[in-house]
Amino acid sequence: MLETDLSLNDMMFLARGAGVTLLITAISVAGGTLLGIIFGVARMNLGRVVSGLLAVILDVFRSVPLLIQLILANAFQAIAGLGLQPFTTACVVLALYTAALCSEIVRGAIGAVPTTTRRASRSLGMTWTQDMTYVVWPMALRVGLPSWIGLVLSVLKDSALVFWLGIIELLRSSQILITRLQEPMTILLIAGAIYFIISFPIARLGGHLERKWREND
Amino acid sequence: MFDYTFQWRQALRYVPDLMDGALVTLQIAVLSMLIGGAIGIVLAVGRTAQSPWARWPATAWVELARNTPALFQIYMAHFGLGSFGIYISPYAALLGGIAFNNAGYLAETFRGALRAIPETQTRAARSLGMPPIQAFRLIVVPQMFRIAFLPTTNQMVWAILMTSLGVTVGLSTDLTGVTQDINARTFRTFELFALAAVFYYVIAKVVMLGARLLAWRLFRY
Amino acid sequence: MIEVENVHKSFGALEVLKGVTVTVEKGEVLSVIGGSGSGKSTLLTCINGLETIQKGRILVDGTEVHAKTTDLNKLRRHLGIVFQQFNAFPHLTVMENVTLAPRKVLGMGKTEARDIAVQQLENVGLGDKLDVYPGRLSGGQQQRMAIARALAMSPDYMLLDEVTSALDPQLVGEVLDTLKMLADKGMTMIVVTHEMKFARQVSDRVAYFHKGILAEIGPPEQIFDAPQNAETKTFLSSVG
Repeated sequence: MLETDLSLNDMMFLARGAGVTLLITAISVAGGTLLGIIFGVARMNLGRVVSGLLAVILDVFRSVPLLIQLILANAFQAIAGLGLQPFTTACVVLALYTAALCSEIVRGAIGAVPTTTRRASRSLGMTWTQDMTYVVWPMALRVGLPSWIGLVLSVLKDSALVFWLGIIELLRSSQILITRLQEPMTILLIAGAIYFIISFPIARLGGHLERKWREND
Repeated sequence: MFDYTFQWRQALRYVPDLMDGALVTLQIAVLSMLIGGAIGIVLAVGRTAQSPWARWPATAWVELARNTPALFQIYMAHFGLGSFGIYISPYAALLGGIAFNNAGYLAETFRGALRAIPETQTRAARSLGMPPIQAFRLIVVPQMFRIAFLPTTNQMVWAILMTSLGVTVGLSTDLTGVTQDINARTFRTFELFALAAVFYYVIAKVVMLGARLLAWRLFRY
Repeated sequence: MIEVENVHKSFGALEVLKGVTVTVEKGEVLSVIGGSGSGKSTLLTCINGLETIQKGRILVDGTEVHAKTTDLNKLRRHLGIVFQQFNAFPHLTVMENVTLAPRKVLGMGKTEARDIAVQQLENVGLGDKLDVYPGRLSGGQQQRMAIARALAMSPDYMLLDEVTSALDPQLVGEVLDTLKMLADKGMTMIVVTHEMKFARQVSDRVAYFHKGILAEIGPPEQIFDAPQNAETKTFLSSVG
């Protein structure tokens, strides 16, 4: 197992895969978080019917396997003749998936701000926007950030599924190498280690923030 | 745009096949939760143990399960172990991978629940003459289950969704596998997978509803 | 008979019991008073072996509690203990709370355990709460349930650790009445308490603990009316 035909070129190939994984994650998380905040705030401020409808739609993204969502989206864009690149399709699906999860975090975090606090700020003459910017946002951020970091990590891991659309990300590139070199254990361990090296420090940071903020409360 | 005729009727013919697939999906999910839950309790206790020989492997398992993709874990079971000349069937690889993943996540759920139960509960049980294991089983575990119930239910839904990854190692009997199999013959990708999505959605909702009813029955206090 | 001989107990660097010696005879009620941190509660948890000791020994009916060969689970059947925090098992009904240990530890049958539990719960005035979960009970009711739970094991001794301290003032009376009833029945008890009036009424002897030392022990008249020890005097005047 220690004797390997793995060349420097192959390692570069894996690194490029890791780059694709990171790029997809970054784009999806950025888009998904923005959408998630909009959906989350919307759900708390729109009427019961609209909010309920939005809730049901977002819930679908959390109740259907991501792989199926990717396959459906890809099939749909082909049918509709949108001519999207697989990379674009993958980012759109992952961003919507992220948004669905993120909207729940946003709702939970804003809900955790006590009504009494909000009433206090409004009775000081703050507008809704001021209340949101200066009072709710900083308090909700503390509650929501650890969960959001957890979300980033799960998007990072779930992004492995985009290989189904032919995108060569980290796990897919390791599989290509496996087929060529027939050294599954070595190559998979390297791929796993790369995931772990990216993911573990972020997870630790999340845990650290959660503990630190809980102590202060 | 849309010069495509949806063939829903053709897709609906395959509902019985998808139904069979759904049963396999549920079976894998349930088994993976049972195996993962049992290991999860051991890992949760192990992570809080004094001895590093218990703590270290438990921590390693939990961190690996939580910091690598589920798909990677399934690949490890299928291709990785395969490299030692052991043949792992797609079914076993999927079940093993998801059980490994479940165990890691459930261990953290259980650990949190254990921490939430005051030490005085154990003391009270011990002072009534119960040996440690009995106090753990009769007093701590039932209370732990209540605290862990909702997150465990969510994990169950996750497990159901994760079973769809079996197709990537060649499983063709579960819901996604069956769908993909038919797709390869008929090329009605959108219709078939939309149908599969409905199946997954309904299963997830039924499981959530069932769990809520069960919680209402079980936890009267 | 409970014999405590020269017991030393430390939590890390903090020595909470510094050579305590006291004997409690069968049928006796001993009240233990003293300021917080005087080690009086620790004494109880040492007697039933929940805590280890560093020096000395404790004998319950001749069995050394902290000897390696002692089966603590067996010994604890004879030592009922009730804590300041009621420690009700929240996932079990009142009835199940009380029958659990008789059934699982003593191996009693369902009906027998039930009969005993009904009797004990009626004695403490909870006969109408059998199928209620503890979360629905008041603090006083939970504490009386805890007493019934300990009594259902038919212990030879009852150790009571500040059982009224966590209660609202209006609920203290009902728990103290339960303890008085126990004392009248001849139960051997060690009662760690802040209720001086109660200690005076029910105790055969009162022990005053000060900074891990048994400063003074004697009949209630002596301790409350003519304390010999200067510390006892200061303490009693401070609690009024």
